[in-house]
Amino acid sequence: MAARVIVTTSGKGGVGKTTSTANIAAALAKFGKKVVAIDADVGLRNLDVIMGLENRVVYNFIDVIEKTCKISQALVKDKRVPGLFLLPAAQTRTKDAVNPEQMIALCEELKPDFDFILLDCPAGIEGGFKNAAAGADEALVVTTPEIPAVRDADRIIGMLESMGKSPIRLIINRLRPNMVQDGDMLAKDDILDVLSIDLIGVVPEDENVIRSTNNGEPMTMSLDSPAAHAYLNIAERLLGRDVPLMDLESYAGRGFFSWIKKFFSGGSKKK
Amino acid sequence: MGFLSRLFGSDNGKDSAQRAKNRLQIILINDRTDITPELLENLREEILNVIIKYVDIERSKIAIDFEKEQGATALVANIPILRIKRGGSIAMN
Repeated sequence: MAARVIVTTSGKGGVGKTTSTANIAAALAKFGKKVVAIDADVGLRNLDVIMGLENRVVYNFIDVIEKTCKISQALVKDKRVPGLFLLPAAQTRTKDAVNPEQMIALCEELKPDFDFILLDCPAGIEGGFKNAAAGADEALVVTTPEIPAVRDADRIIGMLESMGKSPIRLIINRLRPNMVQDGDMLAKDDILDVLSIDLIGVVPEDENVIRSTNNGEPMTMSLDSPAAHAYLNIAERLLGRDVPLMDLESYAGRGFFSWIKKFFSGGSKKK
Repeated sequence: MGFLSRLFGSDNGKDSAQRAKNRLQIILINDRTDITPELLENLREEILNVIIKYVDIERSKIAIDFEKEQGATALVANIPILRIKRGGSIAMN
């Protein structure tokens, strides 16, 4: 076994990196893969909480790097899904406690024992991002359909490209099909147009994300919700399966009205 | 009113997504043309060194800068010429 190492990143904070990491990790484990999700956000750890494993954290990956404990002691096994593990971040340390070489060494040590290593990257483009990205071969870039998030994604994609990560694929998160239909939210194709990058999935806005965080259980473990469905699809695409995009328009259900509006406003669109 | 203007595509409140896309495109063009002040200064010096071989210019009134418009970046130089050097055309041959 030699794990694929994938970093989840975004540049901008609050777009759903950690939620995406947790749900994709759980989904991959559900598909029978052995997965470790590493929280690379040293000092502001949250992946443990999103995964609902915060009470089982004893050691963290800084302890592993500093040889305070063995790697097997720091890994938290998720008892709900076989093959799912969390490697937590240190909460009382800073990003300077680790360097890119150490992250690469950590990933190399884990590689033989897993199918997937998912690195949950902190927001920003500084040390924390560089550490997390250093260990990865592939990248998932999370954005939302808003200008600031897409702009930051563009910056991050450029940095990932110059670091030689490949493939780099995009997750469009928190899309509201109703607003897209009304012409009030950037559509999937608008974002792909400006970023020119491969898409791996579109996750619709879904209240169940908040519920699952409240409950400490990734949606892909049990809940049948639109976002859970989208994350399961992303996991399948990571496994190389050809899964069509979800029909998000059916959630919106206002096709005819928006068609009329588009028809009348079509001529004045280009300024 | 809101309903009518949306339906018939008057400017107010219509298609904010299209506006977002337009703005985003311009922002990304600017972000991607990553020109540092040092680079611009070097470029300026080299261009001027070539020009003063042939013409006398007014150094204090030179303006060289990048202008960014929708979809394109242009290098725009405004260099007032005082006079053409007499030997200039001979030197070229």
